[in-house]
Amino acid sequence: MGDLTMLRSRHLLGIEDLEPAEISLILDTAVAMKEVGTRSIKKVPALRGRTVVNLFFEPSTRTRLSFELAEKRLSADTMGMTTAGSSVVKGETLIDTARTLEAMSPDMIVVRHACSGAAHVLARVCRSSIINAGDGTHEHPTQALLDAFTIQGRKGRLAGVRVAIIGDLAHSRVLRSNVLLLTRMGAEVVACGPATLIPVGLGRMGVTVTTSIDEACEGADVLMMLRVQHERMHGLFLPSVREYFTLFGLTAARLARAKSDAIVMHPGPMNRGVEIASDVADGNQSVILDQVANGVAVRMAVLYLLAGGEQNEGA
Amino acid sequence: MPVVMDADRVAKSLTRIAHEIIERNRGIDDLRLVGIRTRGVPIAQRLAACLKDITGTEVPTGVLDITLYRDDLMGHDVGPQPLVRSTEIPFDIDGRDVLLVDDVLYTGRTIRAALDALIDFGRPRSIQLMVLVDRGHRELPIRADYVGRNVPTSKKESVRVHLVEIDGRDEVEVA
Amino acid sequence: MKTLLKGGRVIDPVAGRDGQFDVLIDGDRVAKIGKGIPAGDARVIDVPAGFIVAPGLIDMHVHLREPGQEHKETIATGLASAVAGGFTAVACMPNTSPVNDQAGITQFILKRAAEAGLARVYPIGAVSIGSNGEQLTEIGDLRQAGCVAITDDGKPVGTALLMRRALEYASMFMMPVIEHCEDPSLKGDGVAHEGAVASLLGLKGIPACAESIMAERDISLAELTGGRVHIAHMSARQTLRAVRDGKARGVHVTCEVTPHHFTLTDEAIRGYDTNTKMNPPLREEADRQAMIDGLRDGTIDAIATDHAPHHADEKALEFDKAPFGIVGLETAIPLCVSRLIEPGLIDWPRLIDLLSAAPARILGLPGGTLAEGGPADITVIAPAAAVTVRAAALRSKSKNTPFDGWALKGAAAATIVGGRVVFVNDAVAGAERFQ
Repeated sequence: MGDLTMLRSRHLLGIEDLEPAEISLILDTAVAMKEVGTRSIKKVPALRGRTVVNLFFEPSTRTRLSFELAEKRLSADTMGMTTAGSSVVKGETLIDTARTLEAMSPDMIVVRHACSGAAHVLARVCRSSIINAGDGTHEHPTQALLDAFTIQGRKGRLAGVRVAIIGDLAHSRVLRSNVLLLTRMGAEVVACGPATLIPVGLGRMGVTVTTSIDEACEGADVLMMLRVQHERMHGLFLPSVREYFTLFGLTAARLARAKSDAIVMHPGPMNRGVEIASDVADGNQSVILDQVANGVAVRMAVLYLLAGGEQNEGA
Repeated sequence: MPVVMDADRVAKSLTRIAHEIIERNRGIDDLRLVGIRTRGVPIAQRLAACLKDITGTEVPTGVLDITLYRDDLMGHDVGPQPLVRSTEIPFDIDGRDVLLVDDVLYTGRTIRAALDALIDFGRPRSIQLMVLVDRGHRELPIRADYVGRNVPTSKKESVRVHLVEIDGRDEVEVA
Repeated sequence: MKTLLKGGRVIDPVAGRDGQFDVLIDGDRVAKIGKGIPAGDARVIDVPAGFIVAPGLIDMHVHLREPGQEHKETIATGLASAVAGGFTAVACMPNTSPVNDQAGITQFILKRAAEAGLARVYPIGAVSIGSNGEQLTEIGDLRQAGCVAITDDGKPVGTALLMRRALEYASMFMMPVIEHCEDPSLKGDGVAHEGAVASLLGLKGIPACAESIMAERDISLAELTGGRVHIAHMSARQTLRAVRDGKARGVHVTCEVTPHHFTLTDEAIRGYDTNTKMNPPLREEADRQAMIDGLRDGTIDAIATDHAPHHADEKALEFDKAPFGIVGLETAIPLCVSRLIEPGLIDWPRLIDLLSAAPARILGLPGGTLAEGGPADITVIAPAAAVTVRAAALRSKSKNTPFDGWALKGAAAATIVGGRVVFVNDAVAGAERFQ
């Protein structure tokens, strides 16, 4: 049996650590998990008796809820911790917070943190499996996995699919994870954003970089829009929201440059009228709500697979 | 390796069982077949074909993956997670007679998981079980309603079911 | 009290000496260097074959943290670390708490150093009061108290005008201005070299030209004023080019590089080990190569460690939040030997020049050569000694090194300051003869 049946690491810190076979395993498993969500009783006992801590140091609604739902559908016991009102605001360090939680013997810790590499810090000190739910501007692996799952569901494949990723490239963990995943799976990736928001060396990651959204849209199978945060909208990165939308907003006219069956994606939360026009966001090519639904299935797959622990010799 | 069922015997067993099913259920209008992955699936499909040959009625047939219900997932030392494949039950099972189909009945744990899974899909009127081979050594109070062949085995032996759809030939061996 | 070091390979680039010689130490001075010096009443130490007897190494860029940050390092622990690393003298940076911006603090540092009785300490004073980049310190007073240079290290001298005045004023005292080259606006809240690795890791970048732009400014100002500027911990190839051009024009500019900048690249930050976070950041392979080129062609004057101890708790944070810096005193010789000498990039006389003669020359210090009548500051090096870096075993109070577990070659066998053996490396066979 050459087929991979488990992940090599007991953590999911980033797409960077995943081989294509592991990505496929997660996506295949997510197909089965998605079916669970269609049943009248949307719950399976697979993770009964396991404890998952959701450690969110950064505000997040959809990712946190998506993980919680995934955990509950697998019958795990879940605990949540968000920074407001926690010991973190009292000056406790990340490592101390993690060690305190570890004392309660969770099996997995899902962590969201504003600092890049925070999940790596936890993985170094924790016995539990660490799942990165977004670390700073580094990675957001489950988002890329659910995006890939959505693309695969719509296009039947990842290899050869032309994906344009448009927006604030520099500050986007979604971009990094998606670029790593899509290039690894043989997709063709075009990254587009204002020159002030293009990370150095992006071109060396196997993607085409452009500042022209028309060029990016041309012939695309997938248009993946990235959120542009309001704080970047004034001052040194961008002169104004108005100009950003003029130059980089996804409008119906620009969408028309893509393939006729192109899909429009957004990791959310969306800024309507900033990176995407409302008629496009709500149009029939938009799969934004699919992404949300798929997020639960993909996270179930990740939780399930990581519950198996680390591959050991002879396993 | 001793062959305990050849292709002919497999085919005859399925035909015999199809007749038993019709007799026992007094018709098959409310019957739904659910094959347990992996080898229960082609067996269920063949059984459905037999039932159609006899009655002319198409019996809806689904696929059940019981991995997420396995009792060896929980509370165990870590180890590789069994591969999860999709479950496809594209019909309502409420108030129906569901026939679970599997290749080999051994400890009964797979069937226990399958029963749990089925019940999450609805409330069938009855659940019955058909297996191609019953090799004994039950660890749970479960028995099959229809059996292709009872094969006494020792726990050290293994029963290998080969099916054309998966393995290229129909044969049951004990090794 | 006389000691005769017999038969070591004496390397003294200033004196143009490289060969088997005896060194006679009388009290705190070198009495005689030559072949077959009679022992007389001196204690004779037969220097093991292959050992190098060099003028005491001088680290012109260390942070001793005292006063104010004694949880990271004290002058005593810093100097214990220095002598264990083979340094007979260190120049310490003024970014203590309070900043060394007045004579009283300089005197305090020197007093503590004298109490420790290990390596010599040459304090470096602040350019501006509180290193705030506004008002010049009393540089003459600092000189009087014992400062050998001025700097606002940790940050660049605030404005071009202040730098101009500092260069002009310090030139009256023959003091260089040591500059931490970094354009603050380009650095921003960057934590790593701006390049492909930082992009992939999602870390905010510090572009190489943040350094070179400031170096260009300062070299132009040194040219304008005739003052002496020394570029600290150079990391970027653009900066090297600026220094090379400046030197070619006859500007009084000198520069130093750290062992970590010629050893590591930004690849080391993958995995977010905060012991790879330093400022300037580890740069790209092309920069590392440029540093080696600069060491080979003479553009780089000195090697200094930028020894920057931080408490383990301070480093046990997210990469963004951890402080910049690593300890360097005890890994300098092994890194220089393993990365420069062993691959044949530079020879021993050049290395001794970089580690001893050049710092003495730049800062105007006694030492840097073994001269009859000069101070008996001597570093004995075992070039072939195999060493494995053990962070926990470092003498420095802090253990923040990215080299933990590295197997390297070369070690200080013994360190002699003012004729006194202040360190013997018991991990090196033969070193016990110096006990």
